[in-house]
Amino acid sequence: MEFYRAHVLICAGTGCTSSGSATLFTEFEKCLQEAGIDKEVKLVKTGCFGLCAEGPIVVVYPEGAMYCRVTAEDVTEIVTEHLVKGRIVSRLLEGGAKDDVKADAGETEFFKKQTRVALQNCGRINPEVIDEYIAYDGYAALGKAVTEMTPEQVIQVMLDSGLRGRGGAGFPTGRKWDFARKSPSDKKYVCCNADEGDPGAFMDRSILEGDPHVVLEAMAIAGYAIGSDQGYIYVRAEYPIAVNRLKIAIEQAREYGLLGKNIFGTDFSFDIDIRLGAGAFVCGEETALMTSIEGHRGEPRPRPPFPAVKGLFEKPTILNNVETYANIPQIILKGADWFNTIGTEKSKGTKVFAVGGKIKNTGLVEIPMGTTLREIVYDIGGGIPNGKKFKAAQTGGPSGGCIPASLIDTPIDYDSLIQIGSMMGSGGLIVMDEDTCMVDIAKFFLEFTVDESCGKCPPCRIGTKRMLEILEKITTGKGELKDIDDLYELAAGIKASALCGLGQTAPNPVLSTLRYFKDEYIAHVVDKKCPAGVCKALLQYKIKPDLCRGCSLCAKKCPVNCINGQIKSPFVIDQDKCIKCGTCMDSCKFGAIVRE
Amino acid sequence: MNNDCNCCCDERFSKLDAVIEKNKSVQGSLIQTMHEAQEIFGYLPIEVQKFISEKTGVPLAEIYGVATFYTQFSLKPKGEYKISVCLGTACYVKGADLLLDELKKALDIDVGDCTEDGRFSLEACRCIGACGLAPVFTVNDDVYGRLVPEDVPGIVAKYR
Repeated sequence: MEFYRAHVLICAGTGCTSSGSATLFTEFEKCLQEAGIDKEVKLVKTGCFGLCAEGPIVVVYPEGAMYCRVTAEDVTEIVTEHLVKGRIVSRLLEGGAKDDVKADAGETEFFKKQTRVALQNCGRINPEVIDEYIAYDGYAALGKAVTEMTPEQVIQVMLDSGLRGRGGAGFPTGRKWDFARKSPSDKKYVCCNADEGDPGAFMDRSILEGDPHVVLEAMAIAGYAIGSDQGYIYVRAEYPIAVNRLKIAIEQAREYGLLGKNIFGTDFSFDIDIRLGAGAFVCGEETALMTSIEGHRGEPRPRPPFPAVKGLFEKPTILNNVETYANIPQIILKGADWFNTIGTEKSKGTKVFAVGGKIKNTGLVEIPMGTTLREIVYDIGGGIPNGKKFKAAQTGGPSGGCIPASLIDTPIDYDSLIQIGSMMGSGGLIVMDEDTCMVDIAKFFLEFTVDESCGKCPPCRIGTKRMLEILEKITTGKGELKDIDDLYELAAGIKASALCGLGQTAPNPVLSTLRYFKDEYIAHVVDKKCPAGVCKALLQYKIKPDLCRGCSLCAKKCPVNCINGQIKSPFVIDQDKCIKCGTCMDSCKFGAIVRE
Repeated sequence: MNNDCNCCCDERFSKLDAVIEKNKSVQGSLIQTMHEAQEIFGYLPIEVQKFISEKTGVPLAEIYGVATFYTQFSLKPKGEYKISVCLGTACYVKGADLLLDELKKALDIDVGDCTEDGRFSLEACRCIGACGLAPVFTVNDDVYGRLVPEDVPGIVAKYR
């Protein structure tokens, strides 16, 4: 085996690839060769480190120095300074400008409060090399399960661990497996939901890109537990890197005999195929996903019968989400008791959140259940940029709700989120500041569900459309108080009668903004004002006569010529003609133009 | 698509035929076949749907149903450069709608349309998972992130 004195890990996830990490790899190859140390230093393409905002990211071991926003020009410096002379390039470290920068990335605020279970191998191994996965105990859990445990024992460990589904609803994984095990059939299926449709969530993609084997291993364990020999991974076609890594991983696992016939020399056989989604949010719903794998329009089916009894191709089927699977090999290896030490009483383990929106450290964080929102936003996330105030965080995407500033100390777990009218969802967490209009956000999510409603059941197809029309009325200043009552009534009807999870949860963003930000709705309806200054139809640009010098710059810039006046005396905006583009306000040098 | 004969004159159809043959034994492979068909033709005109229907025996109505259900499938030709603006939550909160407006202006087309010269098409897409770089849009496989509307004309000019 070759020995290297240093390793350079370059993130090859979607975030960093988008910010140019692929060119860094060739640049490093070139510079290492020029320095004559290409035999001593190993270059590795790895998975997501989580701190996507600061990408592209390069980590150099043994020091664990994490370099951020690395450009091709920086590579020469890292090679000559760090790898040749042994001096860390502190200006490129996270928070580089400060004096107390930590060379070891694990010591920084961003990583310190995290507990990495599902993401443990992301940013640690080369996802395209199965040996690196095996070196970190990869496939040991599968070996243990099929050679030392009975299927019933595997299920018992899953039940004891208290692991709940990480895709949204939080159903106990062990119970799902138990139902499927007990359904008699000649054929059963294990499916993986990698159709990460919740806008703003990307942890599943990062796991598939950074650690694809963990999903394969867990699916094989599931296959052994329920008595299935065939698995399907349903993955979004929008994730080309993830699809490619999965294909490589499946090939390698087959080559090593970890998928296929007679795994570990036992009579257990299991294989996995990939099915590409084609862009439909509803296919994240389990029955719709199965209909889609069968090659049809992805419309949900009524339950019961539940998939554990009659699922894919009408056979007993279990479906788990990518992040759920990523926990399983470690639970089998380390035991349920170990898993029970992490998290809260009813929510065990960790949860990965994709933190985005108005926050400094956007990216992926994995925290023990029970961590408060405040810790995520301020300690790990680094707070709100530009000195703005935290207004709310939205979790659960189009099915979830918002958590207002007053509840920022709520511990994040399944039950407390439900209690405050939101939900865990798949783990998107979008931070909003005072410039975000909550009515507009509710409208945004409803536009999404209206667009993505499959149309099979009327409450969702027609009901969400009616709700959206009301919100459009409100945000354009035509709302009446009765509209708010109508929103409540429609929401209750849709929740009670829609066929699947998409429809039943579609009203949540409206209900939760109504619950915590009703005053904003009232402001839109009664005062015809948008307090956050977002809803264009409710805005007015005005020139303050006392501050206006009459320079005419704004009038020249105005694209619709609606500003008039005499040079050296105050100008006036014709409100009927104004298109509210804001160009005048940006151009005024005296701060005389205000938006209200 | 002016060809009267869809089987031998156009080599794209023989490619598609090979795809259908390959997928024949795979249970539930219609969507996979349609993905590959779209890769060959760039979009899924009705002739292609009819061809798949004839070869697989799946009714045309069902194929059309699938084609119109999923956003990845297009019945209209796409531009040489496909610009997709991410309207996921993280991008939206950071002003992706302003980027979209700017692109509409720069290309003088609406969402879902293609410029007359066939060079650009514009669409709004679902989260592409580059939330750390919000707001983002893609031009074919290139991702542009951390954008403000002022960046738009420069990026478009690169592809003109």
